[in-house]
Amino acid sequence: MNGELRYVYAVTAPLPAPLPDGVRGVSGAVPYAVHHAGLQAVVSRVPEADFAEEPLRAHLEDLAWLEETARAHQAVVDALTALTCPLPLRLATVYRDEEGVRRALEDGGQDFRATLDRLDGRVEWGVKVYARPATEPAAAAGSAPASGREFLRRRRQEVTSRENALAEAEELGRTLHAALTAQAEDVRVYPAQNPQLSRVPGQNLLNAAYLVPRERSEEFVGRVERLGAHDPTVRVELTGPWAPYSFAAADAPGREGAHDSAVS
Amino acid sequence: MTAPSPEPYEPYEPFEPPYEPGGPVAVDSQEPLARRQVALVDLLDRLLGTGAVLTGSLTLGIADVDLVRIDLRALISSVNARVPSPWEGGQPL
Repeated sequence: MNGELRYVYAVTAPLPAPLPDGVRGVSGAVPYAVHHAGLQAVVSRVPEADFAEEPLRAHLEDLAWLEETARAHQAVVDALTALTCPLPLRLATVYRDEEGVRRALEDGGQDFRATLDRLDGRVEWGVKVYARPATEPAAAAGSAPASGREFLRRRRQEVTSRENALAEAEELGRTLHAALTAQAEDVRVYPAQNPQLSRVPGQNLLNAAYLVPRERSEEFVGRVERLGAHDPTVRVELTGPWAPYSFAAADAPGREGAHDSAVS
Repeated sequence: MTAPSPEPYEPYEPFEPPYEPGGPVAVDSQEPLARRQVALVDLLDRLLGTGAVLTGSLTLGIADVDLVRIDLRALISSVNARVPSPWEGGQPL
């Protein structure tokens, strides 16, 4: 296992300019383009000892390795995004040699061209809505309950107030999602993130990606800010602009599918 | 970045290091002026769960199998390293 494999980051139309100097990919290697049939795959050399199936399987269980690799993958996709609209690939797409990469471009050529046309000039924005913990009801402040009945009354009030706050936050999540969907060309709803995994406080009520033309991004971001800011029941997090990862699959469902997805 | 880029598109500008020009950042309604690097969990949502899949790659199929385990392992190690892992005892998920 002393050989090298080819790690593929993205498929693009021919780039209008070379990648800037200093861009480094996975394992610190310099990315370059493999051309075939009017498309190019942006690749770099990676050690077989890390990226052959068995070592890769082991590495994928190692969160530190995974983060380093994911950030390196993202750095190349970011550099490409500054030049063109890349079709970003799934992490750790690896071929034995450049011939294999060319074959993949040949096999998928029609789909890639159609997808690149569909995504050209678009970026992806991620929006997450979290419920913020309800503030303590006024009745709970101050003196200790005078009786068991008083205790139960306050307890019920607390629960009701928390439930109301959550219902209000969920409603705002739905309103926000509907408004943003109307401004987006396509939408994907991700499963809610587990707060223990994301280490983010508050229940994740919405986790969605929106496909937006670059020139309408400012408007889209402004909408997120206006709808999300200053509402005491929620925290809204915006990430982007991403290369259109969530919309890159050739068999991706259309808008209709997106509307069917539940907003949790 | 010397050649003419099709069009500028940063709604937030300028991006400060350590962000790549044009790379995604995270902002939050509670701290609208603070931009952070995107969280690993958001990156992995995209890099492992989405993105185009090519035919003939050596690693086809790995992501689907291992995603569940990655999530669980990450969760368990971040929450409590002493919790026994659910796939111990020859019961891989």
